[in-house]
Amino acid sequence: MSDNDFPYPLMARALILGDRETVGRMTREGLDQGLDPKAIIFKGLIPGMDVVGEKFRRNEYYVPQVLLSARAMYAGLDLLKPLITASATSGYLGTVVIGTAQGDLHDIGKNLVAMMLEGAGFKVFNLGRDVAPETFVQAVREHHATIVGISALMTTTMPAMKRTIDALAAAGFRDRVRVMVGGAPVTQAFADEIGADGYAKDSTLAVVKAKELAGAAAPARP
Amino acid sequence: MPGRGWELIRRVQAEPLVFDGGYGTMLFAAGLVDGACPELWNDTRPDIVRGIHRAYFEAGSDFVETNTFGGTRLKLDAYKLGDRTRELNEKGVRLAREVCPPGGYVAGSIGPTSHIVEPYGDVTEAELFENFREQAEALAEGGVDLFAVETMMYPEEALAAIRACKAVTDLPVMTTMFFQYEELHDRDRTMWGESPPEVAQKLLAGGADVVGMNCGRGPDRAIVIIREMRAVTPVALIAYPNAGLPITRGGRVTYELGPEEMVRDYPGLLDAGANIVGACCGSTPEHIRRIAEVVRARRGR
Repeated sequence: MSDNDFPYPLMARALILGDRETVGRMTREGLDQGLDPKAIIFKGLIPGMDVVGEKFRRNEYYVPQVLLSARAMYAGLDLLKPLITASATSGYLGTVVIGTAQGDLHDIGKNLVAMMLEGAGFKVFNLGRDVAPETFVQAVREHHATIVGISALMTTTMPAMKRTIDALAAAGFRDRVRVMVGGAPVTQAFADEIGADGYAKDSTLAVVKAKELAGAAAPARP
Repeated sequence: MPGRGWELIRRVQAEPLVFDGGYGTMLFAAGLVDGACPELWNDTRPDIVRGIHRAYFEAGSDFVETNTFGGTRLKLDAYKLGDRTRELNEKGVRLAREVCPPGGYVAGSIGPTSHIVEPYGDVTEAELFENFREQAEALAEGGVDLFAVETMMYPEEALAAIRACKAVTDLPVMTTMFFQYEELHDRDRTMWGESPPEVAQKLLAGGADVVGMNCGRGPDRAIVIIREMRAVTPVALIAYPNAGLPITRGGRVTYELGPEEMVRDYPGLLDAGANIVGACCGSTPEHIRRIAEVVRARRGR
């Protein structure tokens, strides 16, 4: 079966419905048929996650549905990622380093953003919660990140976002990376005030903003 | 004298009561730093915690909650304090009890674990139940009058907490959930997509004695949420919203509603059907003093 005959829409639909068995099975079938792993990601998984994001934005999907769809996405993505060689990473929209601000132990929303970014075609390194500014800097250096995402749920940890941006500047990375901030108490005004490049109020808009910052409205097709 | 929660439940049938205000706001103002465990202060800074309870009682709170919002083992483990779960909860109760005036009450605060239940997340319902059971037992032994299961994001966690409280003692359980305002539809829903009436019915079916909302947005949304809940149940309802939305200025975070602005919505909140009112993030004893004035004026009627 050639790439044109592969039922990508069925795969996307299974992902939207959170059916991880089907997504995993179709991924294996596609690979058995010799399809390009990147084609499966960009034609099967990403269009599905786009729909999930849109449903979430319109309050048709809530957190449980998004988590089930993300789980279905990883049933495919985890099989495909190891097959994509370093030389073939050109299709990625960018490399994101993401974490919760220092002192903040909340990571449910941040993980949602990380999954949606990965589902949109970004390479994502999730540093977890309570991430020190130096750790962000180190990860940017190590992974050649182009975007840094910082999240906070507590108003008291929002200043740590500013300290992270300052640390990136001190390390000489400020021109190289775009910084995005988000989290329940964060606002555009706060983002502007601390010198962040972008703010999004939810995970769907975070993907839109990340694409905008990456200077890529549409993914490079494999 | 602890264990008088049912007296509170009887009283609230006859007259509105005043709960307390924010704790995080007050603890951070007293010097709690980023990444420190608020519940640890029940041991290391008892004077501060006791002082906050006293300030709320003096401002007019009929009852206050303990400084144990993050007192489950799952939550304390994040600070490597899980082994002190019992101690920190018991000490938390003691601090509120010490300044509780005659006729006042103490509610044991139980907040979310910040973990999501399977199949969406990484904990089982049995683990959630066990975490809440351990905390509820410590709070009951410490001497609370009732429980305040609060700021819950999804129903399974709230229901596990209610079941746990009822499993260790027959004290009343208040349960409130976090609602987000959906601008697109001009309505309020939980993170799991449930409407206020659905939440009220689900929590009552799960054994809660008082239900309602806390945190989230300001009292303007609380009015809508309580009105919708009131349409489906005659039981006592509680609302303790935030002092509006957080605003940042010069790296400092404040909330948009001062005491005077916030209290303007409280007659409307009582009219909507709230039997117990208080306030959450961004509020202070001064907010509660103004809210208590409104409530006391109602009692005289």
